[in-house]
Amino acid sequence: MEYLYIILSEIYKILFLLIPILVSVALIVWFDRRVWGLVQKRRGPNVVGPFGLFQTLADALKYIFKEIIIPASANKVIFILAPIVTMTLALIAWAVIPFSETFILSNINVGILYIFAISSLGVYGIIMGGWASNSKYPFLGSIRSAAQMISYEVSIGIIIVNVLLCVGSLNLKDIVLAQQKIWFIIPLFPMFVIFFISALAETNRPPFDLPEAEAELVAGYQTEYSGMMYAMFWLGEYANILLMCALGSVLFLGGWLSPINLFPFNLLPPAIWMILKILLLFLLFALIKAIVPRYRYDQLMRLGWKVFLPFSLFWVILTASFLYYFDMLPNNI
Amino acid sequence: MVAHAIFFYFFSIIAVFAAVMVIVSKNTVHSVFYLILDFISISCLFIMIGAEFLGMIMLIVYVGAVAVLFLFVVMMLNVSQQKHEIFKEKIFSSHIPFGLLIGVIIFLELIIVIGGWKYKPNIIETESINIDKDFTNTHAIGSVIYTDYIHLFQLAGVILLVAMIGAIVLTYRKREGVKRQSYFKQISRERNEGVELIEVESNKGVNLDD
Repeated sequence: MEYLYIILSEIYKILFLLIPILVSVALIVWFDRRVWGLVQKRRGPNVVGPFGLFQTLADALKYIFKEIIIPASANKVIFILAPIVTMTLALIAWAVIPFSETFILSNINVGILYIFAISSLGVYGIIMGGWASNSKYPFLGSIRSAAQMISYEVSIGIIIVNVLLCVGSLNLKDIVLAQQKIWFIIPLFPMFVIFFISALAETNRPPFDLPEAEAELVAGYQTEYSGMMYAMFWLGEYANILLMCALGSVLFLGGWLSPINLFPFNLLPPAIWMILKILLLFLLFALIKAIVPRYRYDQLMRLGWKVFLPFSLFWVILTASFLYYFDMLPNNI
Repeated sequence: MVAHAIFFYFFSIIAVFAAVMVIVSKNTVHSVFYLILDFISISCLFIMIGAEFLGMIMLIVYVGAVAVLFLFVVMMLNVSQQKHEIFKEKIFSSHIPFGLLIGVIIFLELIIVIGGWKYKPNIIETESINIDKDFTNTHAIGSVIYTDYIHLFQLAGVILLVAMIGAIVLTYRKREGVKRQSYFKQISRERNEGVELIEVESNKGVNLDD
């Protein structure tokens, strides 16, 4: 009976987090397309519902009723598993994101490592999808994507080290609380820029959307997918983008903290501040998609390995020396 | 305690099953996927004994990087073609004695390791190890690695560096006739050095390559 109570209350908490995330993924897709349209002087989706808000729901409904086609030569089990893996991994990483000092699903000590591990697992959904389709375009797309995600994970890892040096803890809650005096975007601004660009590459967003470059690879690893399975890839992708925005706001923008701890600002609940920061970062993601042309593949690899990696390594040494020399290392070390 | 036992058996059964399937499954790509499943369940076991840092590092390093490279290599093989042929070839049977030898050596090593417990039975009791309960797992590992074992730790780093440089040296070859692009040159080009207006005499043409 006791176990049952614990399990039920946990499930309640998980649903309380997951359902808003899934709904906001639907809204964020609309937002993305809308911003994209407005930048290009189009209207974007504006027909279904007020301001076109229900466009994504209509699309999802369409996907549900479409037939799922499995190619005859595909490896069936892995082909079906791939979108499931993508979506599950995109959703379970939200377990450690803090929305306020108390509203964290699980406040674990190695929260940042957990997110890093889950996002490094994300590449499997794409590799599995590409390989199991047993066709050329998906395979090339998945290989490109795997190389790209591994390369940019390295620089994201080193950027995280920068932040951790200033915090002295792997706990996401401690990371946010360490930014009460100053948000890390101010002392670590170059790292924030690199993190943002690496996050674009990590989530396969333009200008780094080479795995699904439609002019070269049809739709990359998604070519053979249809119906609900395609929609799951799609949901997972946008949930991942939101996760990267949330990670960016936790690491650099002070998470749930209000910009100034004064009267009109601290009236808003902390979770609202967190959501506003995620939306701000997502707006940047959407604008970049509309503005910047796609990178060539060798340029992408050069940027990851020859520019970002040495520069962020240099910055780690700089941060560490600065903290050590001015005796500003966090107390709990 | 019951929940703990249930989770332990759940993860360890998956780990053992996946480990067997790595060897048994005929499709190489499937083997790698089972290997990944094995890594994941082992890291779950690490987390269950409270070694959360090790568990996460296991996920990041082995599953996130090493297994992806495995998969990379294995996916390039033409699996359907060689599925049955490799067992028929003669080269395959010549590997058997060597494989058996390695198997026996590993088996003996495992016996020696297990035998070690007989001579020091309290080696696995956690009370014989000094653990400060206030420290987190990560903190404890760091305070040992960067003080008592700093030389070994750096030695491991140097060995990895040597292996990396070795791999690059072995695979890097300078190929003739490859045009390299210089980003500085591409960006710093001006119009007057890129475009040239040439008066072409009729019936003679121009030779553009020089």
